[in-house]
Amino acid sequence: MTAPAVAPARGWRVLAERLPPLSIIGPFVALFIACVFFSFESDRFLTGQNFSLIAQQVMVVGVVAIGQTFVILTGGIDLACGMVMALGSIVMAKLAVELGVSPHAAIACGLLVTVFFGWLNGVLVTFVRLPPFIVTLGTLNIAFAITQIYSKAQTISDLPDPLLFFGETFQIGSTAVTYGTVLMLFLYLMFWLVLRETAVGKHIYAVGNNSEAARLMGISTRRVLIGVYTLAGLLYGIASLLAVARTGVGDPQAGQTDNLDSITAVVLGGTSLFGGRGMIMGSLVGALIVGVFRNGLTLMGVASVYQILITGILVILAVATDRITRRGA
Amino acid sequence: MLQARGLVKRYGQVTALDGSDFDLLRGEILAVIGDNGAGKSTLIKALSGAIMPDEGEILLDGAPVKLRGPIDARRHGIETVYQDLAVAPAMSIAENLFLGRELRRPGILGSVFRVLDKKKMLAQTIAFMADLQIGIRSMKQAVETLSGGQRQGVAVARSAAFARHVVILDEPTAALGVKESNMVLELIRRVRDRGLPVILISHNMPHVFEIADRIHIQRLGKRAAVVNPRDIKMSDAVAIMTGALPSPAAT
Repeated sequence: MTAPAVAPARGWRVLAERLPPLSIIGPFVALFIACVFFSFESDRFLTGQNFSLIAQQVMVVGVVAIGQTFVILTGGIDLACGMVMALGSIVMAKLAVELGVSPHAAIACGLLVTVFFGWLNGVLVTFVRLPPFIVTLGTLNIAFAITQIYSKAQTISDLPDPLLFFGETFQIGSTAVTYGTVLMLFLYLMFWLVLRETAVGKHIYAVGNNSEAARLMGISTRRVLIGVYTLAGLLYGIASLLAVARTGVGDPQAGQTDNLDSITAVVLGGTSLFGGRGMIMGSLVGALIVGVFRNGLTLMGVASVYQILITGILVILAVATDRITRRGA
Repeated sequence: MLQARGLVKRYGQVTALDGSDFDLLRGEILAVIGDNGAGKSTLIKALSGAIMPDEGEILLDGAPVKLRGPIDARRHGIETVYQDLAVAPAMSIAENLFLGRELRRPGILGSVFRVLDKKKMLAQTIAFMADLQIGIRSMKQAVETLSGGQRQGVAVARSAAFARHVVILDEPTAALGVKESNMVLELIRRVRDRGLPVILISHNMPHVFEIADRIHIQRLGKRAAVVNPRDIKMSDAVAIMTGALPSPAAT
């Protein structure tokens, strides 16, 4: 500090400083390697049709993972996301099919329910100061129970068109792409910009990084937290709509794998479970990694139990990498 | 500049401040010293808005102010560098400098889409850090990659950048080695030379005597004395602090 003269960086250090850290490029590299591997193992893997299929399989958990990323960036975790999403899809389907509500109003009501659950999580975490783990474990069970009671555990079919829109496709060349995939990519792009380019984005990182510092710098940490959980609820609601559109039914058993799959996607994407570090595009890549592995292993004829096994190993590898690469910092 | 008259703060049975006065003059470094339990940190908390005194008043430029919290104090132009620095370690220096006070792009991008003006914030950070002669290679690097002294530099620079009236530093050299302490002391002088008065809380007597223009000695919840470090021996100041010497009549 005594002199402004700073030794200029030279040689490999320049390169090392210019390259993004491992936590950012790691997921992209892993996805690339997985794609190369599966394209050698199965000649059906590297086709537009197959990638469209992967995208469809990924879009629900992909959108849930956006909400999950926001929550994890603040240092929290949301275990209820899949169940809240299932409740949202049941509300939408039930209102539209059995109660004769207009489809658009039904969608709005479904979104309202998931937003309420997100807000409730936020209030409990912020004002009652309960750990997010416990709060969302509670709301997980509440949302699951309400879903079962409200639907009487029955699948609801014969849905009206507006609920199915995002499952419909348009053609790019010979490949059919669903509108849901486009919506997912749009949401990622939008929230990537929000986190990168706005003060709100910086405040979310700051709250996850050092919430006391954020508070002392005049950031309302309560507003940030409640806002993040509520936004996550809205995203789960959008995921409800995608789930309904993809499967064509309101399924009370939906969302059970999405709870943990969304966390898997976020962690594989390089976002730290300790909060304050990570980026949203990583979660998309993380969701794609899980999707690619499931798809590729299916094409190779590997039983789905082994796919779950491999996903589990991937998550532990990702968290371990996170821990080890940040030990130096 | 910043004054306090008859501050009282009680915590249950304990009286932490017992009618304490305080005076900070324009363009000076005022050190505040005192034994543990003398009410030193309570006094500073009252001045930085962290607590509200039960009695007495705080005057800024002669006008009474009520500081309802650290953020309110900042609004009045009083910036505090906390002992734990209050920085977000994974965020860059520029992001930390503007944390909670981000600049937005001009025009619709800024007002409607609320897009940050990262270039301007980075440029101002570089200019400001160069002005204070804090030699850090890149303002885009994360604060956690910096040494302890550099981090302190970032926190001090942030306060100096935004303070209009006063910068309060709480034990800025406590966790630092000799070389880094000297860098931080040099930085504190530069902040004063820019025209901002500095309140320095420290246990380190050599540092206090090296840098302070005046020394406020707190004892038993009151201001025991204000001394000039050039007129008094370090041992006498410590004696006043511990009560071994009576306070000089003229404070």
